[in-house]
Amino acid sequence: MSTTIDTRGLSCPQPVLMFLTAVKTDAQGPFSVLVDNDASLENVSRAARNRGFAVTTTDESDGATRIDISKS
Amino acid sequence: MKPGFNVFSTTTGIIATGLVFGVLAVLLQQTGNPGNMGICVVCFNRDIAGALGLHRAAIVQYLRPEIMGMVLGAFGAALAFGEFKPRGGSAPITRFLLGGIAGIGALVFLGCPWRVILRLAGGDAFALFGLAGLVCGVGIGTVFFRMGFSLGRSQVQSKISGLVLPGIMLSFVALYLLNPQVAGQPQNGVLFYSVKGPGAQHAPFILSIGVGLIVGFLAQRSRFCTMGALRDVLLFKQWHLALGFMAMLCAALLLNLYLGAFKPGFENQPIAQPDNLWNFLGMVTAGLAFALAGGCPGRQLFMAGEGDNDAAVFAVGLIVGTALAHNFGLASSPAGVGPHGMAATLAGLGVCICVGFFNCKRGA
Repeated sequence: MSTTIDTRGLSCPQPVLMFLTAVKTDAQGPFSVLVDNDASLENVSRAARNRGFAVTTTDESDGATRIDISKS
Repeated sequence: MKPGFNVFSTTTGIIATGLVFGVLAVLLQQTGNPGNMGICVVCFNRDIAGALGLHRAAIVQYLRPEIMGMVLGAFGAALAFGEFKPRGGSAPITRFLLGGIAGIGALVFLGCPWRVILRLAGGDAFALFGLAGLVCGVGIGTVFFRMGFSLGRSQVQSKISGLVLPGIMLSFVALYLLNPQVAGQPQNGVLFYSVKGPGAQHAPFILSIGVGLIVGFLAQRSRFCTMGALRDVLLFKQWHLALGFMAMLCAALLLNLYLGAFKPGFENQPIAQPDNLWNFLGMVTAGLAFALAGGCPGRQLFMAGEGDNDAAVFAVGLIVGTALAHNFGLASSPAGVGPHGMAATLAGLGVCICVGFFNCKRGA
């Protein structure tokens, strides 16, 4: 069961901070992060990859993107 | 959203962007812009305020095409890559206030973070105190972020709202072309021009707007941000944006060395003021304002080009703040800090700390 983090409407650094806060609680994940701007998509993905997570992205129907983050 | 590959947001991309910015900034300095001021977002917005008559400091009046280019370049990139997404409604009046305070603090130091880089690259030792202040201001901002600081979520806005600032910038281009500078004249039509001082020093229009467009395009794609560069290192040890910051510094420094324009020390530095305590504190205030607003003044212009209403409000606040800085004697000059610059710096810092504290989950 992945933890969902809704960052829609927020801009950096908050989406990355919310993801990193979740990692502190659950170091293994998985996590689903909802973002609605490309800068947040890139920043959260980069932060996850730098911490050894695998990242996949899926477009949502409302124009947002879901970033699925799990240990590879 | 198209989660496709964006080469500009890679490590190579952000470094290349920084290198290009450093070269272009020195190019503008070599072709007419003031010393160590190839690109200064705050100074140039201050000059725009002067050109429009919002302040009447005669030496800093020029409708800087770089700013128009930066917004329009980012707007074009956002349109081309499907990233033009009008949004807003995240504490707009607070962002206006932060923009004004940032402009005032930066004019006590005499430069935004972009000019900190260019002053360091020119050998200006006063800029070391500005850099230290910037790091401290952004550092205070990261404390608030750790405490849960947020100005709230933005919402999707109408397409037309995202066109407002790019539209204003396009109208500035038209104003410039309809009211061109007449040699030796302080005014043509509705625009004011400096006949001496920094406002009279500028690269040719085509070069200025061309560089602005390139900078806007590249910065929108790469997310280049001089405040974010420091914030991300302090907040989560992420060096990505810092590489762009350092690349810009390296490129400008090496080019200045090659051109013989690197003059290290405190003596005869162009458009610098000698009081280092207030060089430091001015940038503490500005740095905190940039951090709380989520981007350096350049990044605010680029986000406004993407349709971000809140960033546009910050940019307008910045223009108003720079006008007030000259109307009320807050801005520094090479002679020193303005008569009310110290009070404004401390008051601005106090307001920023209140904004930070009362927008924290653990605040209020």
